[in-house]
Amino acid sequence: MRAFVDTEDLIGRLEDVGYIAERGLAVALLLMEQLKRPLLVEGDAGVGKTEIAKALAAAHGCELIRLQCYEGLDVNAAVYEWNYQRQLLSIKMRESEDSSLAEKERHVFSEDYLLQRPLLQAIRRAQPPVLLIDEIDRADEQFEAYLLEVLSDYQVSIPELGTIRAVSIPHVVLTSNGTRELSDALRRRCLYHYLDYPSYEKELRIVLRRVPGIEEQLASQIVTFVQKLRAEELQKRPGTAETLDWAAALVRLRVSSLDANPDFIVDTLACLLKTREDLAAMPPTVTARLLAQSV
Amino acid sequence: MSQKRAMAADLGVRKTQSGLATVLPGRIVEFVRLMRANHYRAGIQEAVDALRVAQCIDILDERQLRCALRSLLCSNPADWKGFDALFDRYWQHQRAGAIELTISGRLERLEPGAMVGPLVKPLSAAGSRPEELWRDALRVGASAHEAMTRSDFRLAQLHENTWPLEQWIDGLARRMRKRLLRRHHIRSLGHRIHVRRTVRRSLTYGGLPLDLMYRERRRELPRLVLIIDVSRSMNAYSYFFLRFARGIIDAFQNTDAFAFHTRLVHIVDTLREPDRHRLKEKLAWIAAGWGGGTRIGESLQAFNREYARRLVDSRTFVFILSDGYDTGAPELLGEELRRLHQRAKRIVWLNPLLGRADYAPIASGMQAALPYLDLLAPAHNLESLMKIEEMLVRL
Repeated sequence: MRAFVDTEDLIGRLEDVGYIAERGLAVALLLMEQLKRPLLVEGDAGVGKTEIAKALAAAHGCELIRLQCYEGLDVNAAVYEWNYQRQLLSIKMRESEDSSLAEKERHVFSEDYLLQRPLLQAIRRAQPPVLLIDEIDRADEQFEAYLLEVLSDYQVSIPELGTIRAVSIPHVVLTSNGTRELSDALRRRCLYHYLDYPSYEKELRIVLRRVPGIEEQLASQIVTFVQKLRAEELQKRPGTAETLDWAAALVRLRVSSLDANPDFIVDTLACLLKTREDLAAMPPTVTARLLAQSV
Repeated sequence: MSQKRAMAADLGVRKTQSGLATVLPGRIVEFVRLMRANHYRAGIQEAVDALRVAQCIDILDERQLRCALRSLLCSNPADWKGFDALFDRYWQHQRAGAIELTISGRLERLEPGAMVGPLVKPLSAAGSRPEELWRDALRVGASAHEAMTRSDFRLAQLHENTWPLEQWIDGLARRMRKRLLRRHHIRSLGHRIHVRRTVRRSLTYGGLPLDLMYRERRRELPRLVLIIDVSRSMNAYSYFFLRFARGIIDAFQNTDAFAFHTRLVHIVDTLREPDRHRLKEKLAWIAAGWGGGTRIGESLQAFNREYARRLVDSRTFVFILSDGYDTGAPELLGEELRRLHQRAKRIVWLNPLLGRADYAPIASGMQAALPYLDLLAPAHNLESLMKIEEMLVRL
């Protein structure tokens, strides 16, 4: 609930909720709170971009409001929409009443008929929530421009209702997979953090923290193997999420050490490699070589 | 602690907190200026923010200062990767003494101008007849127009005043845009009802939606990526192709351009140069061509690896402007084109040599590429460039 004191405090509290953050990220998050600016996080898929927002919300003990972007996302789905069915119904029901047209209109366009979508919800909370705008690069440029306006003024204007100003300023985290170049204006508006694949030490800590019942030796072997795998020429390199999946799968299969059951590695490789080409590029001989280097 | 003291001593101020606190803001602003000189998006607002940032954190802790300024001043992965080097260089200079912020003091970033050969040379071997042809082409009038659109670009370089031709190229890009938009407009006949407007209108009729309002499909321009061969064998054409790319970039929002010979360079920023004389100079530098052959396959590999994911999607047209003379392995070219083909909507290869009567695409590079091309077209004069647009609409 209380604000973060310094980076150490922030790192500690994120770790309490299960997120291992390095210093750079902690400083960025601290600045984001103090400058009240959105944080744009870029990085390959599966390195834990979305997790940042979740962990931040958990550390604050506040709500997480998520807006998943997709192509064709428009204001109606992101900010607000009128509840047309109810409006039509209401107009019908009030037909016989002898109130003026202006009154009827005012009634139909009142808050009761307003459907609040994530962006509007986020600025109307008493306690600032964490607003996660996920995969902003998937939305169209028009929406990006609109978003920029909301993020700089923290207000939304609804023609029938007037301007709604933010009650509290949310902590905004934007993520991008880099499938499209974002506009300069949006980039300027945001603080920036590039999330890379984790180092061996960091990934080991993540695995130990997030996979219950895993033994340190196995965790270490898994992480070494994945780190080696990332160095190979792959179309889609496995992220931290894949490492965790794989570790959980091996624990479930009661594997105690990678070298004890090399067959399991080949069988469970689908947890790590998600395309046919990548699986084809990793025949048993190659995995055996990587395995020999990992244990 | 010793680190802080060392920093304070290096800055040449007394070891008091207040002394350092008065000096650092100035240094930070200067650092922001250095970043601006290195093409970071760092304006006055960023300088103000940097000072606000300095108040939020312990600025005497170098690691915190580094992380904070990095978050503030970087805005894409390339910035991110180059930041540490600049940061180190600046603050180390600080220790060594005062630094000068001059043009020569700029740190080098990959810029096409930085790796250039001599300015473009005219074809010396060409005879006088084509030269006359070109001079005719620049005469004003309808017939002159025709001559200009039909004459080969390689002849154009013989004449000093290529400005009319360049204007034509610019206009061409704008016309392309217009026609593509119109096509989309006509195609998007499927309407959807705009519920919100309809309800609003229905109030007049007591809630009956008599007056239906429609929503039109948004018109979308295709995304274009141009990859231009500037190797020596393309010397005669690359200037005009770059000029063409400039026109396209102006007319289409979503466009990116790359040049390659033995490696790939992103050239959009250079192409955006507003001053026409400076643009000409810069283009001539890029177009000058280098020795060492053409590595189309490797350049495409670099493109696929670093840019394709971000720039190429199922709406993208990829244009490759090259003569197809590859000194690398043709298998690699084929493989990389196959990958690109999976990702892009269409791949169009524009080959200036196709304009010559005696040319057939039998070079091994061209052969390897053919299966993955949606279109192989000539691009040796304005007329052929104009045809591209028609083909684009049909594809």
